[in-house]
Amino acid sequence: MADQALDGAAPRPLLSLRNVNMTFGGVKALKNVSFEVLPGEVHCLAGENGSGKSTLIKVITGVYKPEAGAEIDYDGQSYPHMSPVTAQASGIQVIWQDLALFPEMTVAENIAFQTVIGRWPRLVNYAEMRRVAINALQRLGVTFDVDLALHHFPIAQRQIVAIARALIGEAKLVFMDEPTASLTQSETDYLLDVVRNLSASGVAVVFVSHRLAEVLEISSRVTVLRDGALVGVYPTKGLTQSRITELMTGKTFDYSVLHRDLSRSPVMLEVKGLSRPGEFDDVSLTVRRGETLGITGLLGAGRTELALTLFGMRKPKSGSVALDGKPVRFGSNRDAIAAGVAYLSEDRLSLGLIQPQAIADNMVIASLDKILSGGFISSDRKRSLVNRWIRDLGVRIGKQDDAISTLSGGNQQRVAIAKWLATDPKLLILDAPTVGVDVGARAGIFDIVSKLADSGLAIILISDEVPEVYFNADRVLHMAQGRIVGEFTPGATTLQAMEEAVYA
Amino acid sequence: MRRFVRSHATELALLAVIAVICVFLSFATDRFFTLGNAFDLLNTSSVNIIFAVGLLVVLIAGGIDISFAVAASVVQYLTATVLGWIGGGNWIVGFIIAGALGVALGCINAFLIHGFRIISIVATISTFNIFFGLLMFFTGGVSIYNLPDWLTTRVVLFEREMADGTWAEITLPVLIMAICVFATWALITRTTTGRQLYAFGDNPEGARRFGINIGAMQFIAFGWLGLMAGIAGLVQAHYAQEVVPNALYGRELDVLAAVVLGGARLGGGKGSVLGCILGVLLVSITQNGLNLMGVSPFAFKMIVGAIILAAITLSNTSIERLLPFLKSRRVPS
Repeated sequence: MADQALDGAAPRPLLSLRNVNMTFGGVKALKNVSFEVLPGEVHCLAGENGSGKSTLIKVITGVYKPEAGAEIDYDGQSYPHMSPVTAQASGIQVIWQDLALFPEMTVAENIAFQTVIGRWPRLVNYAEMRRVAINALQRLGVTFDVDLALHHFPIAQRQIVAIARALIGEAKLVFMDEPTASLTQSETDYLLDVVRNLSASGVAVVFVSHRLAEVLEISSRVTVLRDGALVGVYPTKGLTQSRITELMTGKTFDYSVLHRDLSRSPVMLEVKGLSRPGEFDDVSLTVRRGETLGITGLLGAGRTELALTLFGMRKPKSGSVALDGKPVRFGSNRDAIAAGVAYLSEDRLSLGLIQPQAIADNMVIASLDKILSGGFISSDRKRSLVNRWIRDLGVRIGKQDDAISTLSGGNQQRVAIAKWLATDPKLLILDAPTVGVDVGARAGIFDIVSKLADSGLAIILISDEVPEVYFNADRVLHMAQGRIVGEFTPGATTLQAMEEAVYA
Repeated sequence: MRRFVRSHATELALLAVIAVICVFLSFATDRFFTLGNAFDLLNTSSVNIIFAVGLLVVLIAGGIDISFAVAASVVQYLTATVLGWIGGGNWIVGFIIAGALGVALGCINAFLIHGFRIISIVATISTFNIFFGLLMFFTGGVSIYNLPDWLTTRVVLFEREMADGTWAEITLPVLIMAICVFATWALITRTTTGRQLYAFGDNPEGARRFGINIGAMQFIAFGWLGLMAGIAGLVQAHYAQEVVPNALYGRELDVLAAVVLGGARLGGGKGSVLGCILGVLLVSITQNGLNLMGVSPFAFKMIVGAIILAAITLSNTSIERLLPFLKSRRVPS
């Protein structure tokens, strides 16, 4: 449907916006933006944080009222602006990033919750709810046990439930805001299949994602925004990840593989035959001083489990670990930290940082013993430690005492890295360090990683995005089902060959 | 069947604990396993069950209430006084007065919580102190024994003479309890309002985006608990045949423990009427059994505490761990 739209005589757009301007407190959030969605197409909206994507979505769904002069045409009607009620009534649905689902209720009730909304209390018709829910799921080409409470399902399936819920309102246009941010590769593939089914049934989908691989895979067209202005609309065919990145950031990035000769560098970490039944089996690896070892693989490959074991949070069943030439056996992660292992958690939001606390407090939390003076925390020492890391890592902050939640994803990640560097580690394990971080800011994080390696740190970089390890690690191990099944040297192997091996 | 086990894990665990205790008590005492004792248990548990189903609604909506038991004392006292003014009244008038007063006190809580955005535990600890303080201040701690005749007359709904010459009786509180239980069950599982209460407790932001009236939810939940507390207050006065200002003081924690034991979650979105009743019954069966076994009443609290702890540990342990065969088939993906 979408292809046809691109080639032949264009069908009437389902939605078309022109001259959209929005100003918040003197800052122009949208400058003269126009945007168009064709019926049944999958359209990606790309841009960095603060580029105006969410503002644009909120204008279309009626949350914000654009400045005078805006024209909105939707489904054959013209509107000066939308209202949430009109938007919903005319088939515009948004799937919010936090899903807004009810975990304790059944799948059926979550999908058909609209049926219990209303001004006056009525009796609940559970049979009708089930029928509506099953219908919506069928349209997506999936079958669930609709009578089971939602909390029994993994996050990817909850996404599907959120989509199914959007469909019962006879949706024509569905916005999906970062639907894959917390999904693994296989879960993402599953979701993308559902999006394809949706599009095939005539519903237009506007997809917002930080993961450019997905954008290229799913969409037929891409609209790029930068600093609140439209950069352009591009057919996906012919675009590459690096091209989109350039369009989004306005900068060109130099993608090249690392060429460091580390053959004479001493071994920092040596793991032999490490096993934990059900998680990983017979893993052996070495990381040298100054080396970045990439580990990639699909969901359930055992990457995070391996990392947590190296960090002392799980005990191996068999095998040995030597750090800096000395055999180690950690009883807890406190032992591991004391021995010089640092682990940057994959879930920065809930595990890595304490969101409501101050930036400074987050940064020193793993190294409180270094800022003690007479048994109490010295605020002078804390301040100087924090200042040093803020400078060295180029964290952009307002005040040290601001809550960490006020920072962007990229800056939060820098604080999280600083927190671990403050412990003087010998080995730094980075687990999915760019999840939820803008493309532009990712490059900054990898600059830091590269400098840290040059300073003699041994680094393990875990990521399910193959290009990320390809361009930022000296060697890459491929894990699958708990075993190391391949080793690649970027440069000697092509990126394409590596992607094929991992995603096969 | 498997799904039933998964979604009713708490209730089943409680039933199992109750069954074990009952079997034990049936052998340990000769009085426990009799019709008379079973009916006694129901008669004495009625007030707590009425409180419990009211509190359940508040917990489901994500709140908590510490003040309902002393609110019931306030209602008892005011109702007895008003009945005195109007010269007696009857059961219907009594319930209307007690219910209305209860709802009014519940709405004070809802107003504080919704109007001033005070978290419910703080708001209701305050009203707990205010209600109880006002009651003790104005009554001077004096009890009312001069109640209308209709209120102090025992109403026996069903009776049967036992072989040993004692009478097994079901009395009015059990019927009122049954009505309250049914009404609460119907409210929370059969009406759209009830499902909105669950949704609001489960994910308040999600509920707000659906356009659910958050204020109404608070007033309905606390109003319902107020209604139940008012009714329970009147029933307790009937049962005790007197109104003692501090008779219900401290009851809130017993009821709260029983409701949480029954699977309601502090934090909202979860809980069932069946679990609630089983929670109350577990506690009263234990007390009843200890009584029959001649255990010192001073040891009751300790043993009841231990049983609550054991039961809650059991129901928190995942059902898959207790019954490994259930694990064989996972949720389809």
